[in-house]
Amino acid sequence: MSSRTLPLLFINLGGEMLYILDQRLRAQNIPADKAKKDSAIAGWIDDDRRRVMNDIITTMFNKKFLEELFKPQDLYSKKALRTVFDRLAHASIMRLNQASMDKLYDLMTMAFKYQVLLCPRPKDLLLVSFNHMDAIKDFVKDTPGILSQVDETYQQLIEMYTPLSSGDFQLIRQTLLIFFQDMHIRVSIFLKDKVQNSNGRFVLPTSGPVPHGTQVPGLIRMFSCTGEELTRLQFSNGGNYTAALREGSFEIFGDRVTKLGTNMYSVSRPVETHMSGTSKNSAQHTKVNTAPNPLAKEELNLLAKLMGGLEVQKPGNADSGFRVNLFATDEEEEEALISRPDELSYGVIKIQATKDQQANAELAKIMGEFTESGDQSPSASSKGDDLLAMMDGL
Amino acid sequence: MYHKEKSIQIKNSASALYNNLSVLRIAPRRLTYFTVVHANVVNMVSASWDGLNYSHRQLQSKEPNVATSTSLIMQAAFCVLPSRDLLVVTSQKGIQMYESDGSIMVYWHALDTPETPTAQAVFARGISAVWENYICVGVSSGSILVFDVPSKGSNITLSEVLEEHKESITDMASECSGSQECIADLVSADDGGNLCVWKSGEEFQLLNKISGFDMSCSSVKLWKGTVVAGYGTGQIRLYEAVTGILHAEVNAHARWIYSLDIAPFSGLLLSAAEDSLVRVWHLTMTPETNSVEVAHLHNECVTDTQICGAKFCDGDGYAFAVTGYDLSEIIRYTQS
Repeated sequence: MSSRTLPLLFINLGGEMLYILDQRLRAQNIPADKAKKDSAIAGWIDDDRRRVMNDIITTMFNKKFLEELFKPQDLYSKKALRTVFDRLAHASIMRLNQASMDKLYDLMTMAFKYQVLLCPRPKDLLLVSFNHMDAIKDFVKDTPGILSQVDETYQQLIEMYTPLSSGDFQLIRQTLLIFFQDMHIRVSIFLKDKVQNSNGRFVLPTSGPVPHGTQVPGLIRMFSCTGEELTRLQFSNGGNYTAALREGSFEIFGDRVTKLGTNMYSVSRPVETHMSGTSKNSAQHTKVNTAPNPLAKEELNLLAKLMGGLEVQKPGNADSGFRVNLFATDEEEEEALISRPDELSYGVIKIQATKDQQANAELAKIMGEFTESGDQSPSASSKGDDLLAMMDGL
Repeated sequence: MYHKEKSIQIKNSASALYNNLSVLRIAPRRLTYFTVVHANVVNMVSASWDGLNYSHRQLQSKEPNVATSTSLIMQAAFCVLPSRDLLVVTSQKGIQMYESDGSIMVYWHALDTPETPTAQAVFARGISAVWENYICVGVSSGSILVFDVPSKGSNITLSEVLEEHKESITDMASECSGSQECIADLVSADDGGNLCVWKSGEEFQLLNKISGFDMSCSSVKLWKGTVVAGYGTGQIRLYEAVTGILHAEVNAHARWIYSLDIAPFSGLLLSAAEDSLVRVWHLTMTPETNSVEVAHLHNECVTDTQICGAKFCDGDGYAFAVTGYDLSEIIRYTQS
């Protein structure tokens, strides 16, 4: 399908991730003076939160990484993409437990699935991406270094996507919908807002403004062979549609008009999910991706570039001071990990020996820098296994 | 006018692809075959008319070279020729042709896929049987491959490549009225909304080209010399094939149209879109005044579903079937 889908997938998922982390960091916030009085108190102060956001955004918009991302290529497997986001989430001093990381990823993917489905026109996917970009820009507005990276990415998006036709965008959208196929995780905020049903499916309203370029359904016009209109008939369209809104801006600055892709979380509207693993659709879904799937060469390249862009982080405090919990309490988080249905587990990626020695060696070299004792990594296949375990060891 | 019948469950959910449902009615055996595409798999169901027997089969996309990479299927469609019926499956890698029950693959045509992916995607999409012995398949480059199909066996050959479209082919259709008098045999549509009208033969002849307005035409039908085209804007337009005269324009749907179908004996038209609606229309041709009339008959709403396939199950339009994105069933409706 479309070879231009990955940048949009990455940027939009990344944007959602930042919205969620920002909300959780604020929710676990403690006032700065309280933190000074008692440094043993677990919690985040404003500075820390900004640092975490800046670190993640810097890594997301790393020049080499983006170069790799924008190359024409097929979409990554779900496992590979999840690994990329695991790395990204750990690009700062913040730590997430397995259960919290799973939940974070569920929320990110369901949010973007919702946005893709509800996009009135396929081209509006670009406006959704710009909404995410606008918010990211706002997160780093006080840090000129990162700001310029973000601005450059706007340019790349505009260059790559504005010339595309409506059919090209629909192909991108169809590629994304295949990626999100059969995902029906229920998200509390969606259920509350009645945009998702209790069976996990999104509500598709048959009312509201039609997309830009579309007419409200209901008119039949018939013409003579000379082109004169002979008859006009009206029919009942079965919905409650209104005329299209004005078109959103596809420039670096501008009113995007659509609300899809803007931040729907706030401290008062916390982030929660329900695990509904008993839906048979999710069981069917895992069958499609059961190939053992050693990471394809392209996926390894991207990971290598991403990790190359990461600074080696010091272990940080072992206490929960630097840990973010996506759940309300630690107990809930533990409970979620135990009770997570099998078919919804993302699986740990094991980097297996691939035929490509060079990519493998490069990865091994980068990972060699992560070992505590400073040993050079002996062989790709042994040290190369289980990336996540390595990171957890930090 | 129509009421909902019992749905047929399928093994996987339908993917969001244009024209993602194909139906083949086998009267002598009192069976109907349905095919629905899910990513790299074609789900086939054979349903007996008494509603008691259902058998399932899955066909994978063929991947001759690399064992691990998958090839996504763009479309699966039954091709009915006078001598035989075939099931054609088009994907990112090429074109597979099977016996209509999916039991044996009789032909494989590989597309030229580049070593490293290019910005322009490569895939085959748009399938139509034409006249006595041709099967035409569209390609993402805009080319149309014409295959010559013998009445038996696997000696299928590529007879011609038609290079007229500059944008990806979306759908193709052949004249379905059964009338011998129609000049045009085939219409092809592309992502720019352009339509080409052809006459088949040893060398296909381009009869007419109808420009689009940079809006993709995702589904097209040809009936009694009239092209019926569905667009991404939700509009349906009817053109006289050979002259390009616009007969009618319908603001039919609030979202991108994914499927059109015509019941040739009754002139019923079925349209389905991402807006969750399936609509039934009636077309009347008046040759004396060279006009076409369109009347709206019926709506069905498949709640919270973006429809991706809708087809009549018989030539009169007595029943029709519908598929939707993320839905693992084929929904059926019958006239009351």
